[in-house]
Amino acid sequence: MTEPTIYELSSEGRQGVRFPECDVPVTPLPVGLTRDNLPLPELSETDVVRHFIHLSTFNYGIDSGMYPLGSCTMKYNPKINEETARLSGFAFTHPHQPEITVQGNLALMYNLQEFLKEISGFAGVSLQPSAGAQGELVGVMIIRAYHRSRGDSKRIKMLIPDSAHGTNPASSAMSGFEVIPVPSDARGNVDIQALKAVCDDTVAGLMLTNPNTLGLFDENVLEVIKTVHAAGGLVYGDGANLNALLGIARPGDLGIDVMHFNLHKTFSTPHGGGGPGSGPVGVAKHLVDFLPAPVVDIVEEGDSEIPPLYGFVTPKQTIGRVKAFYGQFGVMVRAFTYIRMLGPEGLRRVAEYAVLNANYLLSLLKDSYTLPYKRICMHEFVLEGCWADAPEVHALDIAKRLMDYKFHPPTNYFPLIVHEALMIEPTETESKQTLDQFAEVMIKIAAEAHSTPDLLHEAPHETPVGRLDEVKAAKELVLCCWLPEQN
Amino acid sequence: MFIPHSTKETEEMLKSIGVKKIEDLFDAVPKEHRFPNLNLPAGVSEMEALGELQEYANSNETVHELACFLGAGAYNHYTPAAVDNLLRRGEFYTAYTPYQPEVSQGTLQAIFEFQSLISNLTGMEVANASHYDGATATAEAGVMAYHNFRGKRSKILFSEAINPQYHDVLCSYLCGYENIQIVSGSNKQDPFAKPDSLIPQIDEDTALVLVQYPDFFGRIFDLTDLAAKVHEHGALLGVIANPTALGLLKTPGEMGADIVVGEGQPLGIPLSFGGPYLGFFATRKEYARKIAGRLVGETVDGKGRKGYVLTLTAREQHIRREKATSNICTNQGLIALAATIYLSLVGKSGFKQVANLCYQKAHYAAEKLSALPGYKLVNSDPFFHEFVLKCPKPVSEINEFLLDQGILGGYDLGKDFPGLKDHMLIACTEMNHREEIDALVECLAEVAHD
Repeated sequence: MTEPTIYELSSEGRQGVRFPECDVPVTPLPVGLTRDNLPLPELSETDVVRHFIHLSTFNYGIDSGMYPLGSCTMKYNPKINEETARLSGFAFTHPHQPEITVQGNLALMYNLQEFLKEISGFAGVSLQPSAGAQGELVGVMIIRAYHRSRGDSKRIKMLIPDSAHGTNPASSAMSGFEVIPVPSDARGNVDIQALKAVCDDTVAGLMLTNPNTLGLFDENVLEVIKTVHAAGGLVYGDGANLNALLGIARPGDLGIDVMHFNLHKTFSTPHGGGGPGSGPVGVAKHLVDFLPAPVVDIVEEGDSEIPPLYGFVTPKQTIGRVKAFYGQFGVMVRAFTYIRMLGPEGLRRVAEYAVLNANYLLSLLKDSYTLPYKRICMHEFVLEGCWADAPEVHALDIAKRLMDYKFHPPTNYFPLIVHEALMIEPTETESKQTLDQFAEVMIKIAAEAHSTPDLLHEAPHETPVGRLDEVKAAKELVLCCWLPEQN
Repeated sequence: MFIPHSTKETEEMLKSIGVKKIEDLFDAVPKEHRFPNLNLPAGVSEMEALGELQEYANSNETVHELACFLGAGAYNHYTPAAVDNLLRRGEFYTAYTPYQPEVSQGTLQAIFEFQSLISNLTGMEVANASHYDGATATAEAGVMAYHNFRGKRSKILFSEAINPQYHDVLCSYLCGYENIQIVSGSNKQDPFAKPDSLIPQIDEDTALVLVQYPDFFGRIFDLTDLAAKVHEHGALLGVIANPTALGLLKTPGEMGADIVVGEGQPLGIPLSFGGPYLGFFATRKEYARKIAGRLVGETVDGKGRKGYVLTLTAREQHIRREKATSNICTNQGLIALAATIYLSLVGKSGFKQVANLCYQKAHYAAEKLSALPGYKLVNSDPFFHEFVLKCPKPVSEINEFLLDQGILGGYDLGKDFPGLKDHMLIACTEMNHREEIDALVECLAEVAHD
């Protein structure tokens, strides 16, 4: 099943949308500065609608079924979020409008900052970062700025446990730090002895993912943080796994200095097929002045009759601006809606049931798959997608075969410290029935791996296309198409 | 809410796990920090939440009620109804990044089409799957240029007439790199210096020359000579382009640009108080392997059926870890889809029409306003849909008056350029009716006399 591209569907002279006639006197276009040819496709509205509807049917989303992609928190995205973000009072405000005309936006941003501070135990939050990876980069930039502000320029090392998220090393390198890996111990915690061995006065910080990418809560977390602090370093917390901690523990209380949030994971905003995300950053008291600018604050206190006046302010020692304007505002509206609906009890239930679901699924699968770390997990867990007595079958084959049974595959080959990793995060929004069905399919695939391995090698069989030739794509590098006459 | 478990099911699940109650699953969390009380307002029903959000929204004034002449990086355009209707397909917006191509062909083909549209608009050979916004795409152009010369060329030369916020983000991104200099082509006192005035400062240490087209003040300059001089010195030319303008204007590609970036918001994306927006990034094929961010390529499956995959992923951070040159993961997938639908709907003739309407309305406004006593059009160069007006009073004062009359006045340039006190940047689009423009002219005449 394939669909032609919009260029292939184009027919010369066809028009989709018309615009009004020009109602002002016409000025000639500037001589020598105009283009001769505008090679855009020509389609009717019907063509366009059918084309994109066809394309949507080739996709699998959370609305289609369970999406247990580890580390991505693919929970259900409430429909009300889509309504609130599109309210005309939000959607049709220009970012350069005078602050007095956008007090609703500013109040919402201020309150979201306050909510995130309360949930995480931090003293300050900036909503500006565009996504998790940018929030992480901001966190590292804040650590650098903090040390520099104290004239401490010898801190060049960033410690990264091998169970941390994949973006951490790149974010550190982009900020000019040398990356020092720290191994895990036999229980999947940061190896304290190894950590102590690399902690000295050249350490800028440690980037801690907790729960880590094995889905395990670090049992030594307080000692890890204490060790880094004792060496004069700061601890960055990767907030991608915050779903497991809502109302369970606050990263700020544990001693973490700076952390990013993923509104598109923890707070139910949609992933959009790869964005937009939103990656606010929270910091402890000593780092508040370094937050990216601007942040929202109350500039004039209100009273019982007049609401406070909100405005943008620039933190004193800010690392600067990392995005035009103020952040992914539409995503903030969605996350705010979610937090308002859940409240403190609802948020704690999210973490509890996310962890319950993961452990239940683990209990159903642990006899059919190898579980490298035998502990209670948090919101996700990692299995080995291979068996000694079925040597030809790999994690990838299992992932592809799951598609035939109408499930999205888990994350595979990550984390790197587990052989043929399958990283499974069911989230709290899946029911027991769905988990039972998923487990049943996984157990069936484990049996197929032994009885009919070719069925797995050739999977998926039921999708619009089969396994695609990635080598050809990278070699030939066809990255765009043109109108037929230009070919 | 959104948690489907019945009490009975929860009990069965706990039994299967082998614990008595849910709290037992959290023994690894330090006891003194376990189960904090969160001081947040109690949760509410969907109906109440909507009511509350409506209250926030209603306390804003919007470009629906106000005549908008604000631009400076975000523009009030018309979005055809079909764009949002299609975006609401759950299969699109509730999917993740297309790591599993067999179940993501919808997203992948749409991105492939987006890349094609951006290539065609900019006159370049390749475009990527998007960046967070125009500012971060600009910063990534700086990063790419730096790495292109393996750090051996240290200078990024920028025109003062680029969006000041883009400049700030470029600086934030690059301050971690060794010995990089971000050098102004003129100085804050002369923001109107023309692109050719950058030429004497280009040397063998220059990695990237960065200009905007139309520039931040709306002006259009032919960049062909600049490009030739940049290339004589072996450097790269980066152009920040407004996509709507490219419906009419010569492409940066044909003038010799090596990298074209910009803000895709004008392509059917709501203003939404500054985000989510859409950064685009296009370059020449020879640099395809150096682009940051996601790329979608065409290929076939085992049966020879055409399909699309994320390609050149070996460049990315989850594989190269600290050797990767960018940490980008999520891009703006859904917003890129919106722009793809928008451009498909308006198509060749509609897009030209939008660009022309923007140009015509701005020129009508400029002509009327420049005739007012006390006001002056600062530049005589060709411009697209924005222009600089020198006013007889502080811009903030004028805008306050305009707001009372239901008009969102132009951008106060004095905020970014100390030398441009009393200078207003006015933008027009197809949304501005002649009556609105006439009202603006009348109000500005009136406020000058007060």
